[in-house]
Parts: sequence; C-alpha cells; structure tokens
Amino acid sequence: MSYSTAEPGTPALSIRSLGKRFGEKVAVNGISLDVPAGSFFGLVGPNGAGKTTTLSMATGLLRPDAGQVLLNGIDVWAEPLKAKAAMGVLADGVRLFDRLSGRQLVTYSGLLRGMDRATVQERTEDLLRVLDLEDAGAKLVVDYSAGMTKKIALATALIHSPRVLVLDEPFEAVDPVSAANIREILADYVAHGGTVIVSSHVMDLVQRMCSHVAVIAEGNLLAAGTVEAVRAGSSLEERFVQLVGGRGTNEGLSWLRTS
Amino acid sequence: MVAHLLRLKLLLLGNSFRRSPWQLVGVGIGALYGLGMAVTLVAGTAYLSGVDPELSNTILVSAVSLVTLGWAVIPLVAFGVDLTLDPARFTTFTLSRPKLAAGLLLSGFIGVPGILTLVLLGGQFLAWRQNPATLAAALLGGVLGALMCLALARLTTTSMTRLTASRRFRDVAGIIAIIPLILLGPIIGSAAEGIESVLDWLPRLVGVLGFTPLGVFAALPGDVAAGAWGLGALRLLLGLAYLGAVLWAWERGLHRSMENPMAPRAGTKAVGMGALGIFPGTPVGAVAARCLTYWLKDPRYAASIVIVPLMPVLIWFTSTNAGNPQIMLVLGPLLAILMAFAISADVSYDSTAFSLHVLTGVRGVADRAGRVLACAVFALPVTLLAAILTPVFLDRLDLLPAILGISLCGLLAGLGVASVASARFTYAVPLPGESPFKTPPGAGARMAVVQLATFTVMSVLLVPGLGLLVAQLFTGEVLFGWLALVVGIAEGAVLLVLGIRIGGRWLDARMPELMQAVMVNR
Repeated sequence: MSYSTAEPGTPALSIRSLGKRFGEKVAVNGISLDVPAGSFFGLVGPNGAGKTTTLSMATGLLRPDAGQVLLNGIDVWAEPLKAKAAMGVLADGVRLFDRLSGRQLVTYSGLLRGMDRATVQERTEDLLRVLDLEDAGAKLVVDYSAGMTKKIALATALIHSPRVLVLDEPFEAVDPVSAANIREILADYVAHGGTVIVSSHVMDLVQRMCSHVAVIAEGNLLAAGTVEAVRAGSSLEERFVQLVGGRGTNEGLSWLRTS
Repeated sequence: MVAHLLRLKLLLLGNSFRRSPWQLVGVGIGALYGLGMAVTLVAGTAYLSGVDPELSNTILVSAVSLVTLGWAVIPLVAFGVDLTLDPARFTTFTLSRPKLAAGLLLSGFIGVPGILTLVLLGGQFLAWRQNPATLAAALLGGVLGALMCLALARLTTTSMTRLTASRRFRDVAGIIAIIPLILLGPIIGSAAEGIESVLDWLPRLVGVLGFTPLGVFAALPGDVAAGAWGLGALRLLLGLAYLGAVLWAWERGLHRSMENPMAPRAGTKAVGMGALGIFPGTPVGAVAARCLTYWLKDPRYAASIVIVPLMPVLIWFTSTNAGNPQIMLVLGPLLAILMAFAISADVSYDSTAFSLHVLTGVRGVADRAGRVLACAVFALPVTLLAAILTPVFLDRLDLLPAILGISLCGLLAGLGVASVASARFTYAVPLPGESPFKTPPGAGARMAVVQLATFTVMSVLLVPGLGLLVAQLFTGEVLFGWLALVVGIAEGAVLLVLGIRIGGRWLDARMPELMQAVMVNR
C-alpha cells in the first residue's frame, strides 16, 4: 500500500484534548490519546463511559466541542475527505441501508468511495467469502440476524482497504466461529501494517487480542499504553475494575441464596 | 395490577414528552384538534334530542357502527394503534391473564383516539336527555360501546399478528391503504349526491346493524324510547354476549401468542445487483441506484408513486364536478411538483443509515445529484406524459408549450428546492420498515412548517411561467406560450443546478449535524 503521506513514527490516530458535552452532561472530558501505527488498540470502559462518543468524534460522525483529531497526521475535522479515505469505520447503533442485499450494500459502499467497479466487485466477493456471507449475499439485509448485520457492516468498512480501522463493538452478537474468523482477519491486517482500534466490554478478548489498551470512564482517560503495562501483572479485568471502581461487596443479595 | 398497567401507559406517554418538546406540541395540537371535533360532534348529538327519536336512532346507530368498524379495521392496515404496551413484552412476567387483558384493554383509553371515542360514544346521552330512562340507557350503551371498540381492535390485531408481522404484508397494506385516503374527497362527493337514496335504505340497514356487534349498544336507548322494554333487555343481553365473546376470543388469542412467541421469519428471495449494476459505477450513479431501489422497495416512497395514477382521477372528479374540463390542465405542473417534493425528506428517510454517506466522505454534490437522478428517472417521463397528453385530449394544442414549460419548470426547480431542503431541514418521519402512516407522535408541527415552506417556495417559482400563460390566455398570442416553454425550462435548469450546488455545499459543511438530527429522530 502506498500511503506515505505521514512521517514515519506518526501515530495512526492522535486525539488532543477532545471534549463533548450534551446539555448538562459532559460525555467526553478532554481526552488525549495516541494510537501507534501498526497497533491493535483496545478501547475499554463501562457502559456510558464515552467510548462511542469518542470514536464518533474521531471518525467524523460527531463534531467535537473542543480538541483535535489527527489521522496519520491529517486533521479529521479540517480535511475530512482526505482523512475519511484512509479510515474504515464500523459505527455502533446506526442503521444500514437494509433494503439492499448484502452484496448490494458492500458494492454501494465501495462505489460511494469512488472506487472502480471491477475492484469493488472482486473485493465484495472476497469479503462475502471470508465473512461466511456468500449464501446470504443475495438476501436483503433487513432479513439478516444481528450477527450477520454486524459482519456485513464490517465488510462495508473494509472494502477500500483503509490504513486504519475503527470498530465500535465489532463482536457484539457475532457467533464464536465468525468472531474467530474476524479476529484472524484483523490480526492479519495488523501484521501487514494496518492499525485497528476496537471498543469492547469483553476484557478477556481485549487482553488476548490487543497490543495496546486505553481505559476510559465517565469521559476521562484513566490509563493507556501497552496491554502489559496497563495490566501491570494482574489480569486486565482485575486492573479495569480497580481503575474504574464501583464493585460492591458481595453481601448484596442474601435472599437470592436459595439454600 | 390493572391500575399498574394504566400507570405504566401514562408514564410511557409522559416520558415520550421528555425526549422532545416538539412531541408535546404535536400531541397538544392533536388533542386540540380531537377536542374540537369532539365538541362539534357532541354538540350535534345534543341537538338530536329535539328531533324524532326514530331519526336520532338511525343517525346514532349508523355513526357508532362506523366508528366501531373503524376501530376493528384501521389498526390492521394503518397500524395506527400504538403498541407501547405490546402483549409480547409481558411474556416473561407471571401475570394473571384476565388482569393483563383488562389492563391492556383499559390502557387503550389513555391516548387521544381512546379518550375521543369514549367522549363521543359516552356523549350519546345528550341526544337522549329528554327522559331519565333513555338517558341511563344511552350512558350505559355508550360506555359499553366504547369498550367494544377497543376490544374489537385488540381482537383483530391479535388474531392477525401472524399475517401483519410479515414485512411483505406491511409493505403492501401500507400502500393499498393510501388509495382510499387519497380518493376520500371524490368518494364523499359522490356519496353526498346519493344521499337521498341512502335515506331510503338506511333505516333498514340500521335495523340490521342494531343486532350486530357494531351497533347493538347504540340501538339500546332507541328501544327504551319506544317503550319496547323486552326488546331492549334482549338487546342488552345480546350486546353483552357479543362483548364477552370478543373478549374471550381476544384473551385466548393473547394467551396463544404469549405462550408461543412468534419467531421472526426470515427468507426473502434472492436479488441480483439491480439498479446498482445498471447505473454508472461512480458515487453519483451509486447514490441514484440505491435511491431508485428504495423508491421501488420502501413503502414510504411508494406512497409518492401511488399518487401518480390517482392524481388524474382526483382532478378529473374535481373538473367534472366544477363542470370545467380545462381544470385538468393543472395535472402536469401538479404531478411535477408532487414528485419533486418526494425527495425533500430524503435524509430523514435514510435515518441513521445516512452514516454511511458521512463515513465514506461522499461529496455533497454527488449525494444531491444522485438523489435527483433517481427521482427524475420516472418523474420526468410522468411529467412529460401528463403535460403533453392533457392539452392533446382537451384539444387545446395552443396551450401545450406553456403547460409543458410550466410542468418542466415545476419538476426541475422543485428538485432543486428539495435538494436544498433535505440538506438542511430534517424532521421525524416513519422509520425504515415502519408503516408510511405511522407519524411519530408530535412530529406534526415541525414537519408541517418545513413541508409548507418547501411547497410554497416550489409554487412561487412557477410564477414566471404562469404569468406568461395568463398573458397568452388574455391576448390569444401563441408567442407567449412558446416564451413560457423557454423561460420554464431555462429557469428550471438554472435552479436545479443551483439547488444541487447549494444543497451539496450545505451537506459538506453540515454532515455531522444532519447525522445528529437523524439520531434524535431515531
């Protein structure tokens, strides 16, 4: 691939004092974060921590109130078209054009990006094959299961062979076999120089899969670095609970003990 | 338990206001409108107290039967009945069935249509207020009749769930249900002409309706007024039996559906690449192909297509009623504007799927041009046909150039205006997959303002062409007609290009804001 616009050593994604508030509620409170190029980066945090808001601002879906986002050194909010061309995004909680078939949807996302038809066609078939959607490709997305919908959305994010992949909850509702396939694709992608950013609740998965991790809670960045450094000897889950807090003592529901 | 469900319904209604103040405004307007209608109708009912009991019986029984029939049928095709308390959501709770049924049934009264029905049917007593016995009978019959409405609505929706849950049925029913709505005017018009013959057979029909579930309760006070106590008692028993049977059947259906929650059915037939394989492989072509697919597959757009064959019928009715066939000449311009208007809510219709356009960084101009192209694929032939055929059939070939010019101006300029409007103003529309009728509660106010403004601008832009047409009509000079053709096409073309450019620039600048707007409408 020939994206040599960025200096060597430039972070794939660089977030500077990013902030967003919705009315009274501060959703993201001035987060600064560097995602090294070629890393498999996990973004973890409890529900409502601001993960999706942060990723939406990093990918051009939501205008930040303050701060800057650089993708391979390109300012996402100053040169959005250039930045978006280098980025593949799986957004969480949005619909798809589900009256298209899976094959039509992936083709559509390729053509929207201005790719030529022959390449789009070839890559669409490849993507449907590796994501095990070959049979479903001719069916309407509206009739897909939740896991299949997630996979077809992933395909629309991969079609233009982006330098950076931003995936919000990519494994939610995906069956174990498909999840393993997706992990393999992503690992291979990282091994060949790509950068992946995933958000997830599943600590085990992040610990096994990711090279780097960032923990956010209530809009603040609590820790960031390599997985080894952040978990500091304990498991990522223990460390996460320690950082985020909020674990109750185990005396809560005595009446639930049936014996 | 029952009180619990009623409180839940109230709470849900209250919380929906908190999401958006517009919703409150909308429901407020709906309630005011309903109240106004109720006051008018109840006042009309009160007036009936002075007339012959025979006649008021005829009127009330037929009116109540119509309302009851509406409750039984409309939720099936229009899905206007709200499923906030969908029985399926209570499957995991251990509720006693009769109590759940009673709670669900009564919760139907919380909401504008339910209250309105209760007020209207309960208000019948005003017509029978001349003596206490008829008054009591009317009050009893009214409340029981309102219950019957809700019970019938529940019965038909529950027993037809299996059918109505299929996507195909919803799509088709949504489109078919539009047709009588559009033709409502002509239907009422011709019904009014036949009113005399109706008056002949209506009493006989009412005699029958009074023994069916539709009108049995409304016929009660008539019996009392006539002193036919035995018949009245019999009718009350019959009505209660009907109500009991309906409730029993509904409760059984409810039970069945809760014990075997329906598994969503998958499996549509395979589709090829469709329009995506035909249009050029560019962003503009892709957007056009996708939009065209939606025009054909999404029932929310289909409404705009159904208008095409119905509009000539509608205008033909108007023109024959007015005795002036020349009115048919408005068909071309009207169809042109209506079809151009159809893309003015395009981004709202995309809903959050619009995120794909944001993420791929498609140029605003390409987005706008693609949508216009998709609409033009059938709007242009339809407009040309309508604009050319009407003068030909009316034998007014002298007016052909002007009509053609105004129609094309309406279409091109309209598409330009719509391109700007949908880049800037979103409003809550039925979500993808929902019935085209399901207006999100409270969407009314903002939607009405945006639509009215869009329509007004589109119509004002026709003024130059119309002016030239008027000039031709007054002077008889054909040259003005040709001028209208040239001016219309030129003005339309310029405005179309401008619209796509401006709309595209706005879109480029405001994509994230549009995205937020459709997220809220979600």
